[in-house]
Amino acid sequence: METGSFLHQFIQQLINGISLGSIYALIALGYTMIYGIIKLINFAHGDIYMLGAYFGFVATTMFGFSFIPALVFAMAAAALTGIIIERVAYRPMRKAPRIAILITAIGVSFFLEYGMILIATPQPRTFPAVFEATVYNIAGLVINSQQLVILFSALVLMTALTYIVNKTKVGKAMRAVSFDTDAARLMGIDIDRIISMTFALGSALAAAAGVLVGVYYNSIDPLMGMLPGMKAFVAAVLGGIGIIPGAMLGGLIMGVVEAMVSGFFSSTFRDAAAFGILILILLYRPAGLLGKNIREKV
Amino acid sequence: MNNIRKRDLMSLLGCFALFAILQLLLSFDIIGPFWELNMILIGINIILAVSLNLINGYTGQFSIGHAGFLAIGAYTGAIVTVKLGLPFELALIVGTLCAGLVGFMIGLPTLRLKGDYLAIATLGLGEIIRICILNIEYVGGASGLMGIPRETNFAWVFWVGIFIIFFIKNFINSASGRSCLAIRENEIAAETMGIDTTKYKVLAFTIGAAFAGTAGVLFSHYFYIAHPASFTFMRSFDILTMVVLGGLGSMSGAITGAFLLTFISAFLAEYPEWRMVIYSVTLIVLMIHRPQGLFGNKELSLKMFKMGGGNDDGRTAESK
Repeated sequence: METGSFLHQFIQQLINGISLGSIYALIALGYTMIYGIIKLINFAHGDIYMLGAYFGFVATTMFGFSFIPALVFAMAAAALTGIIIERVAYRPMRKAPRIAILITAIGVSFFLEYGMILIATPQPRTFPAVFEATVYNIAGLVINSQQLVILFSALVLMTALTYIVNKTKVGKAMRAVSFDTDAARLMGIDIDRIISMTFALGSALAAAAGVLVGVYYNSIDPLMGMLPGMKAFVAAVLGGIGIIPGAMLGGLIMGVVEAMVSGFFSSTFRDAAAFGILILILLYRPAGLLGKNIREKV
Repeated sequence: MNNIRKRDLMSLLGCFALFAILQLLLSFDIIGPFWELNMILIGINIILAVSLNLINGYTGQFSIGHAGFLAIGAYTGAIVTVKLGLPFELALIVGTLCAGLVGFMIGLPTLRLKGDYLAIATLGLGEIIRICILNIEYVGGASGLMGIPRETNFAWVFWVGIFIIFFIKNFINSASGRSCLAIRENEIAAETMGIDTTKYKVLAFTIGAAFAGTAGVLFSHYFYIAHPASFTFMRSFDILTMVVLGGLGSMSGAITGAFLLTFISAFLAEYPEWRMVIYSVTLIVLMIHRPQGLFGNKELSLKMFKMGGGNDDGRTAESK
């Protein structure tokens, strides 16, 4: 009986963890792509995710869109925001020291958070139920329709991203720029355009994650991006930063570990667990799970 | 040698004069309570910025977990005065030593990492410290540790701040400090020259963490309370911003950065809803136009005005 209930609880937390993890994975993808291309930890990425949730909120409440059009609208709007942010804040700093760009990213993050508080007040808002929530009960395990939608949407988006990166010309250019920017430029690749594209793609994925979280938890607020943003970054580092499958894997691991810690231990230690994993991975495998170790040459 | 002592004496006299003026303004209530609070905050922020500058600016190790050490100082100091009923002076020492010890224990394994990885690791550790404190009932958990006596006043902040500034300045001009600078410039080259890079990185990290702890003790003994929400990674970002804005590796830069940002944020306190928006836009614009910070890695000195170009204080002292 004891082991039976343990197993049951374990599988239940696994289900919760995977749905939470696919959200982290979606955000982590943007982090990893942007880091891969301009070596910037884009601290504002978590706030793009928040913006995405708000765009989705506007689309459903004001325009009366249903789930899929709202998702597409939020992704498009966030992609545009991502391009604008890159153009205004990061492009003038291409040659600046990296720490200065990092501070700029922190500045952009504050700007988005507090700008949103100014526009939408700090109060959380209720995200409308865009489809009927049904709870499926399979052999005592609880799965609700939101979790299924999250899983399905994340899967579709990640497949689409993999296709874009691996099969299209833009994707090829992205890989080239991230591998060696100067050589890519010599080959006639328009670096600025590719960086814009990367920001657009990454932001769109984060926005999708924002809408999905809105649907899942029914509540959004202007500071909702801070902690998930951090954790998604941890997920990206965990998988190996700059590596796209790594971000997906890292996101899923983070989600599952968090669900396990809150299920079996205590939810107050959930965030500490996330950062604990980070420290361990950095100390023992700094290149990440899927990364290769690169020796520094003199 | 004589020359250095003379200059130090001069700056000490300058400090006395500055202190006398500010203290007089405070005693005669020319500076109101709002600005008095902000003067103390400026002092505490200067200590934090200068100590982080030792790690980030002089040794070149990218740390963004400074709020964690601030928290350790704030809490251990409060335990000494509130729970054990011992004097404030002892709290200052205990808070400093504890933060230094934790800094040492954290620095030893993490300083093997470089660049962004180190940044993220320190950020994570800072958060772990906060979350651990959040879960310790002995120090009040999520509601914070209350009932801390107000022991900090302007004189304490000022003189502790001056002590720390002089300590770090002298450290940088010592052989150990030179090793730190060498590590910043080129770690591999420093290692080939026979510098024990790990030792000096950990040393700088420990000293920086210890002084952040001192700032923590001052902080909690001014605001009556130590609360986990005051030590989030946002606070670390705040300190980092001060250092980078002033100019990494510049003492005057760190001081100016701390002063300027605290001042801006106090000034904007009247417009709470616009405060952070203006703050962030200022930050972005300043970074785009002056990515090396206000001072670069130069120091503010009379020479800067005489010759049009600044000279590093340390370098002149060394050549004599």
